[in-house]
Amino acid sequence: MAIIERPVPVGVPDIPAPATPTRTFGALRRPVATTGWKSWVFTVDHKKLGIMYGAVAMFFFIVGGIEAVLIRLQLAAPNGKVLSADVYNQMFTMHATTMVFLFVMPMAAAFANYFVPLQIGARDVAFPRINAFGFWTLVGGGIIVNLSWFFGGAADGGWFMYAPNSGPVFSPSNGVDFWALGLQITGIASLTGAVNLIVTVLNMRAPGMSLMKMPVFTWLQLVVQFLLLFAIPVITVALFLLSFQRSFGATFFDVSAGADPLLWQHLFWIFGHPEVYILVLPSFGIISEVLPVFSKKPLFGYPFVVFSGAAIGFVGWGVWAHHMFASGLGPVSVAVFSIATMAIAVPTGVKIVNWTMTIWGGKLNFTAAMHFAIGLVVLFTIGGLSGVTHAVAPSDTQQTDTYYIVAHFHYVLFGGAIFGLFAGFYYWWPKMFGKQLNERLGKANFWLMVIGMNMTFGPMHMIGLQGQPRRMYVWTEARAGEGFFNLAFWNRVASIGSLVLSIGVLLFLINVVKTARSKQVAPLDPWDARTLEWMTTSPPKEHNFDAIPTVHHLDEFFHRKYAQDPVTHEIKQVATAEDIMRDQEANADKHIHMPSPSYWPIILAGGLPVIALGVIYAIPVAIVGAAIVVLAMYGWSLEPSTAPDTDFDPPASGDGTKELAPLG
Amino acid sequence: MADAAVHHADHGHHTSTGLSNNKLGMWLFLGSECLLFGGLISTYMIYRGRVGEGPRPGNVFDIPFTSVSSFVLLMSSLTMVLAVAAAQKRDDRGTTLWLTVTGLLGATFVGGQVYEFTAMYNEGLGFTTSLFGSAFYTLTGFHGVHVTVGVIMLLSLVGIIKRSRVPGDKAEVVELVGLYWHFVDVVWIIIFTLVYLIPT
Repeated sequence: MAIIERPVPVGVPDIPAPATPTRTFGALRRPVATTGWKSWVFTVDHKKLGIMYGAVAMFFFIVGGIEAVLIRLQLAAPNGKVLSADVYNQMFTMHATTMVFLFVMPMAAAFANYFVPLQIGARDVAFPRINAFGFWTLVGGGIIVNLSWFFGGAADGGWFMYAPNSGPVFSPSNGVDFWALGLQITGIASLTGAVNLIVTVLNMRAPGMSLMKMPVFTWLQLVVQFLLLFAIPVITVALFLLSFQRSFGATFFDVSAGADPLLWQHLFWIFGHPEVYILVLPSFGIISEVLPVFSKKPLFGYPFVVFSGAAIGFVGWGVWAHHMFASGLGPVSVAVFSIATMAIAVPTGVKIVNWTMTIWGGKLNFTAAMHFAIGLVVLFTIGGLSGVTHAVAPSDTQQTDTYYIVAHFHYVLFGGAIFGLFAGFYYWWPKMFGKQLNERLGKANFWLMVIGMNMTFGPMHMIGLQGQPRRMYVWTEARAGEGFFNLAFWNRVASIGSLVLSIGVLLFLINVVKTARSKQVAPLDPWDARTLEWMTTSPPKEHNFDAIPTVHHLDEFFHRKYAQDPVTHEIKQVATAEDIMRDQEANADKHIHMPSPSYWPIILAGGLPVIALGVIYAIPVAIVGAAIVVLAMYGWSLEPSTAPDTDFDPPASGDGTKELAPLG
Repeated sequence: MADAAVHHADHGHHTSTGLSNNKLGMWLFLGSECLLFGGLISTYMIYRGRVGEGPRPGNVFDIPFTSVSSFVLLMSSLTMVLAVAAAQKRDDRGTTLWLTVTGLLGATFVGGQVYEFTAMYNEGLGFTTSLFGSAFYTLTGFHGVHVTVGVIMLLSLVGIIKRSRVPGDKAEVVELVGLYWHFVDVVWIIIFTLVYLIPT
């Protein structure tokens, strides 16, 4: 079966065509539903998968947020009684794990899935079924990681799970097993996603779109996917070694058996440092789209933004040991990594300058998206500056494992990554759902989040430098100190701040519900945008573009709308978005092949958590899981990704088919 | 169906890089695999001297035996090349023949590894005997699993070609499996050199 999508003039409904479904193993028919839950569960459409990625990520954002608020409630008063020491350890471990692996990464993947194909003028990603597989794998991994809460306690070794905390003595529950295997599974999702998106970007660009005409969001996503491609296998090795230690009696990180606990630290941070760029670069990409649109100027120094992004991608591999300055690496290593870390501040600084110069002299339009984008520039700069203080090894030795570190990475991750994602929500919502989020609520959302985040994480700089250790589960009045810098006052401020922050996030959720209920349809081009994803309907049709556009410029959509008067050199509007849409519809491609839905991605992904549970509890269960995986692989490989031409109505001869974006 | 396959294969060439999606995807995956084996090899290199009470590497390795099985594996790369060449000439009989030979050579290597592991276990080197043992079995085990997966792919491909059920371009599918196979061989050359040939 195939989805038959032929562009029809506006107003004429699509008539679903009868089809002859292909059968795999002579029994299983390909799913055919185009509406209802089946059309989502078995879909391979990058836009539906993008929305599902977003929904799952948002769910985990709420879970991780609740964990964060519980941590702050525990620390709001002396001798906190909200959580026990053991549960507190699980709480901060799972808060970090959830936010990093199950919120920011999937949410960035949501935007990548939805917008990268649209921005490069493609009809889908290169491997649509692998895309679906990646999403369901993420869901399975997220469930495994969190399942441990109900089976004797979650992981409690901190998100970087150093030995010996990860060993059986300090983590006797199965929490770490669930954690390691769950992250192993989400790693598979990231790896397949990385291969898929890199191939999509390199191979499926619209005619004329050279690499240096690609939108910045797509560029930075490309860098991120390369980072994932090479970082994920390293954490895979580390997690395998950890699982072998916990499940099969190996002693890779057991000092008493002569092992070197630094091995884990190196493997973890060789993954873990590129990981922080994996988290933040997508948001850099988003605001590099948002700032020019709402400043009515092209991005200042496009090549510098692109190449500094790539430079971050390269240098990001040479700085991992700055997480380990306190572990006794020796003066030479410390000096090298210290200098490399200072050097990586340069390309980041280049970006800040470019964003500032983009806004400079622009006709600014302070929408909610613009608020969040400017918020990122300011807050990330603060976090970046405290980051440079860690690069100085002697000062880092003082700061290691204090709240100063906690302050730093929340400024870069909350103020950086998450603010960028919120800018993306407000900017792209009308494109994804055809309705605009409420701007007034959006600005309230922004201000509450800014105030809340500065109240929560700002004081942590002070209490950290005062010596409050990270991961301390309780503080006492007697040791809080006195005067302006006493720990008691600032801990309370931080806890109140976390509530303000929560209300800000709540406002966003209210905004989403309100917008979903509203009947007001967004205009075709509400922001006067510049890139290709706006050159189609909102939400886009299943095949994205009626006619694949030929690209002549960076910011192609802008150049189709505006032109310079040759005499007066004034920039004048020459076409509206509606004109351009009509033009596209008039020149629509005759016959468009779209990839067909499939059962195999979800079946294959479903086998992996079964294997994980089997490894923890009973090996026979793992064998059942492996059997599911093998069966699904055979089903998958025997099934063509696009149903054969005979499934089309009328059957496609192949001659009339204009398939500019080939689908593998 | 066969026509449709050709039809899609033709589309495969209209990509921005000129390389088909599948091939580019396989290359990227292999790039990622380099880091996987990089991590495992590093772990082994750090731990190979930490033998505890257990046997030392020099005592358990049977270098002549492993050299022979390495030779078998390297020859399978040659037969793989012949399979790809046959596939590009659309010679189904030649393709299936050479794929089968490659698969059997690979299976011989895996069999040799099983024999070798058994012998080492009998000489007192278990998975948990020492850090050296754990790291050795993990590294060579991961490689062995890769070879096994390759053998299964090769033999499955033979079956699928015989029933003419290859979705997409047959020559390309053979070539993709070939890329994976050669990669696994190259990794073995590195492992064999570092693990067996360099004395501790």
